[in-house]
Amino acid sequence: MSGNGQHGFGRVPRKEDARFIRGQGNYVDDIKLPGMLYGAVLRSPHAHARLVSVDTAAAEAHPQVRAVITGETLAGLDLAWMPTLSGDVQAVLATDKVRFQGQEVAFVVADSHYAARDALELIDVDYEALPPVIDARTALDDGAPVIRDDLEGRGDNHIFDWEAGDAAATDRVFDGAEVVVAQDVLYPRVHPAPLETCGIVADMDKVTGKLTVHTTTQAPHAHRTVYALVAGLPEHKIRVVSPDIGGGFGNKVGIYPGYVCAIVGSIVTGRPVKWMEDRSENLMTTSFARDYHMRGEIAATRDGRVRGLRVTVLADHGAFNGTAQPTKFPAGFFHVFTGSYDIEAAHCAVTGVYTNKAPGGVAYACSFRITEAAYLVERMMDMLAAELDLDPAELRLRNLLRAEQFPYSTATGWEYDSGDYPRTLRKALDIAGYDKLRAEQADRRERGELMGIGISFFTEAVGAGPRKHMDILGLGMADGAELRVHPTGKAVLRISVQTQGQGHETTFAQIVAHELGIPVDDVEVVHGDTDQTPFGLGTYGSRSTPVSGAATAVVARKVRERARIVAGAMLEAAPGDLEWTPGRWTVRGDPSSGATMQEIAMAAHGSLELPDGVEGHLDATTVYNPPNLTYPFGAYIAVVDVDPGTGKVAVRRFVAVDDCGVRINPMIVEGQVHGGLADGVGMALMQVMAFDEDGNHLGASFMDYLLPTSMECPSWELGETVTPSPHHPLGAKGVGESATVGSPAAIVNAVVDALAPYGVRHADMPLTPANVWRVIQGRPFRTDLAIP
Amino acid sequence: MNITVTVNGRPYTRDVEPRLLLVHFLRDELDLTGTHWGCDTSNCGACVVWLDEVPVKSCTVLAVMASGKEVRTVEGLERDGELDPVQQGFTECHGLQCGFCTPGMLMTSRWLLDRSPDPSEAEIREAVSGQICRCTGYENIVRSVRWAAEHSSREVAQ
Amino acid sequence: MQVPANFEYAKATTVEEALALLARHGDEARVVAGGHSLIPMMKLRLARPEALIDINDVAELSRIRVEGDALCVGALVRHAELLGSAVAGEHFPILHDAERVIADPVVRNRGTVGGSLCQADPSEDLSAAFAALRATAVIKGPDGERTVPVREFHTGPYETVVEAGELLTEVRVPIRPGGSSAYVKVERRAGDWPLAAAGAVLRLADGRIAEAGIGLTAVRAEHFFAAEAEDALRGAVPSEELFAEAGRIAAAHCDPGSDQRGPADYKRHLAGELTIRALRRAYERCMP
Repeated sequence: MSGNGQHGFGRVPRKEDARFIRGQGNYVDDIKLPGMLYGAVLRSPHAHARLVSVDTAAAEAHPQVRAVITGETLAGLDLAWMPTLSGDVQAVLATDKVRFQGQEVAFVVADSHYAARDALELIDVDYEALPPVIDARTALDDGAPVIRDDLEGRGDNHIFDWEAGDAAATDRVFDGAEVVVAQDVLYPRVHPAPLETCGIVADMDKVTGKLTVHTTTQAPHAHRTVYALVAGLPEHKIRVVSPDIGGGFGNKVGIYPGYVCAIVGSIVTGRPVKWMEDRSENLMTTSFARDYHMRGEIAATRDGRVRGLRVTVLADHGAFNGTAQPTKFPAGFFHVFTGSYDIEAAHCAVTGVYTNKAPGGVAYACSFRITEAAYLVERMMDMLAAELDLDPAELRLRNLLRAEQFPYSTATGWEYDSGDYPRTLRKALDIAGYDKLRAEQADRRERGELMGIGISFFTEAVGAGPRKHMDILGLGMADGAELRVHPTGKAVLRISVQTQGQGHETTFAQIVAHELGIPVDDVEVVHGDTDQTPFGLGTYGSRSTPVSGAATAVVARKVRERARIVAGAMLEAAPGDLEWTPGRWTVRGDPSSGATMQEIAMAAHGSLELPDGVEGHLDATTVYNPPNLTYPFGAYIAVVDVDPGTGKVAVRRFVAVDDCGVRINPMIVEGQVHGGLADGVGMALMQVMAFDEDGNHLGASFMDYLLPTSMECPSWELGETVTPSPHHPLGAKGVGESATVGSPAAIVNAVVDALAPYGVRHADMPLTPANVWRVIQGRPFRTDLAIP
Repeated sequence: MNITVTVNGRPYTRDVEPRLLLVHFLRDELDLTGTHWGCDTSNCGACVVWLDEVPVKSCTVLAVMASGKEVRTVEGLERDGELDPVQQGFTECHGLQCGFCTPGMLMTSRWLLDRSPDPSEAEIREAVSGQICRCTGYENIVRSVRWAAEHSSREVAQ
Repeated sequence: MQVPANFEYAKATTVEEALALLARHGDEARVVAGGHSLIPMMKLRLARPEALIDINDVAELSRIRVEGDALCVGALVRHAELLGSAVAGEHFPILHDAERVIADPVVRNRGTVGGSLCQADPSEDLSAAFAALRATAVIKGPDGERTVPVREFHTGPYETVVEAGELLTEVRVPIRPGGSSAYVKVERRAGDWPLAAAGAVLRLADGRIAEAGIGLTAVRAEHFFAAEAEDALRGAVPSEELFAEAGRIAAAHCDPGSDQRGPADYKRHLAGELTIRALRRAYERCMP
């Protein structure tokens, strides 16, 4: 390996790769503790049923079974229900009813994984089936079955109404509009499906009373606090360790019933208990994403000036309201739906409903529902372009925010930090060779061939807090960082965020190296262990670089300032007379008289008389409370070919120009974009979780829930513009979710563009061959239900 | 049942249930946890190992079926402390992020290069098409295998 | 991870031994080769055989050879081996077309020709390809060997004529001069089961179609072939209009159902469209 001796930003190979390429990663299922037992969850085959009885006698008689836990067991411990991240409660193990297919009913602890699975078959559960609510559009109908009769006084399936923007001003704009286009748009239910499923090894030490959990979590500190609140365990006696994580994408933010069961299993048996989901459990029960039934209306002038956006949303939250987003935002950040355009007035109204499906909604690289918002506005822009007979690139150029408009306050209350959107779109058009593509498309249309070109321009809002506005369960969204510098000048950085593949061990070491002028190899990054790291809210919503990256820069700068004071003492100069060159403090005007970070670190630990301001050592801590979100953005262009005889879509090219501010490690940034673009291919073309009328999950394995392979993904063509964030210490903006947010619209827009000769203006995802063929026929089907 | 499986050149004898899956034999009996699993239906390819010189999905092979046969896993790629070129390629070209699909990808890539030392992008994409990566969008996996091809042939030429 | 229930296990190294083991374990024994259909079903506990007879080491079933005027494909031949077989490809391009789109390369290293036929999934590809080719299945049992046309091999979804105690050993494909073949499939994604697929086999004589075979899968065509479309082709002069007519007939005579892969009308459309495409490609391949 080369390059880790670099001092700072750039294409530094990843530190974490050394173990992964040797098969020496340490994932939760790799952990084996002495005396460890294995758990398995019995799940409901029904979407909605009354639980009549649960007979565990035969399972308990199995020679290798150590415990069988039911809802009744948990009720005795006051643990049958747990709080969700959205102020609701969720059943850990069912006591009264089951409310979605796959819901947790009982938990078996056995000597082996195989025995635990066998014992599940020995549990006899008697259900009394109830009519389910599957279609969100019928959830609020009169006489719809009431799912949450456990909640005091609940007579319907309504969860919340929430709105943003100025309704009256928006109505006025629409009333006077020259052109209005409206469309129902579904963003169907999908699942993040990281390759590693969720799991835990719970280890309660009865002697010390200390609970250690090794678990797949993107937010170890938040999990620790939630366990303390759920189980009434003292927080200082809980240690959450998040080892290597095989992908998260939002799937590993929440706390799932299986985790709580494993902890109870360990308490009951006095031995460590491992529980790992199988793939069906992962897909059927853990955080899904989207399921937004939207109606968008866009108002514009005839010459293509967008004036207003009006949106209503029916949000399917499943059987328990367990969305993971800042508390004050029940629809997440959906109200960023005005996107990248200068729009006079906008309003959205979101209604959340219960259905007999798994809980969730906010997951899958969505930046708290910005995925849905970006998709909607980009679809509406293309609908408007078609209505006005304007090129979609030209329509966007007429409405995109220009550099001089930043900071820009949107009609729904956001303050975008920086950007030059037309420049980014023009760059994407150049890379794609847009005019040539349009000419080729015209030629092909003459020959009856279906080629489509789709554009998407997105604005992300990432890096939550500030803590004043953003918290999860009352925990403000700020993150700590601690930096220790050893006497020899080697550094250890401790951070609160948790990588799931983003390469924090490398990127964060680069930040420290950049700030202190020491080699990247000299910085060790510690994360994923609540006993070893400062408190913080974790990695999701693309917040690691915007929040924890900023914390790291700030704490490194604190160290640098302490080093200045020590260097002053060493060089017998006033600290104010010193100047910094990477890795060295020198006396101004005398570059030969300097002290390196390594020399300063040794001196700080030595016998040198230290002046005021430094007690000894260089170590520092900080907590970073972001002043605002950061707003990365980008322009994406997809080129597709559609086979009219089969409906099959091939993505021929994909151009992505991202602006995420300053790039600390461009190699890692590009990798993040690549992955998100593949997500876009998946969601646009194949990924969906539909349900039949009985509530059976129709995408419960990788045979039915299709993820894109190397064959569906084109070779991505990337470009970049760099507009630093004015308020982030490094000018960085975050990029983890940008491509997932931005890419689906480009592909759908391209397919709809390809189908324009048939008069098609819209089609819902996923654009499977069957769906596309039916759209061509003018007979689309609902992609969220069983195909009739 | 008593079985003997040669893994990475070393024979291991264990008494196992016939139903034990090869992936569990490797991970749980031999503590070779570099081989992962990600689904139950042989769709994801996280569990790919070589069985008698050919990549297979070890979640869908019984350990007893491997008795008397040779298995090679990611732990057997390194030879005499030297990384295999595919291991180097994945690092050089950022062919991995979370690392979970990586062992399976490496095993298939090595097999491809053994049969086709200078594969085209299309050949590489076809070879790994039964293995899901959720992080890289496959771009850098393709580049990693190309890197390994270019650097292996150079070594041979020398 | 899902895991199978317990079962007994025995490994055979010869056909004779496999038959003896089958006889000993009775009705509840299942033969396992690649296991890529059976083992996932066992993990889901939808299949619970009491015993598995492993035939992976029965070397005599692993051969591909030309014997007389037939290509003989052993039941244990892996998909990758059939795909890699020059002699199979030379005589029957349809087999390479099909094998290229069956599952994925790693699964093809393990899954077998015989396993695919015996699993009898209604969406299975080789069943349609061999039906189009009018191949013959060779079955061995305690009473010796019998042959059954592939067109009579399947008795329903997941059901075949192979009785308990019997073993499919080989598929024989008649080699006839003067023709070619092709297979066309539409799937949602690489490695997926087909939404529909069609195989076409054409033998030409004197500018006319002397014999035609049309195989269809995933559209509930009886026994995986389209008899009425074949009738329309036989004796006719090949043309785009003729192929379109054959496609119309094939579509009319299948009976697809709706599922999450697609609605019935779409699959019926595909049956026609893919029949046309397969015929077109097979015909192109007939040209020198």
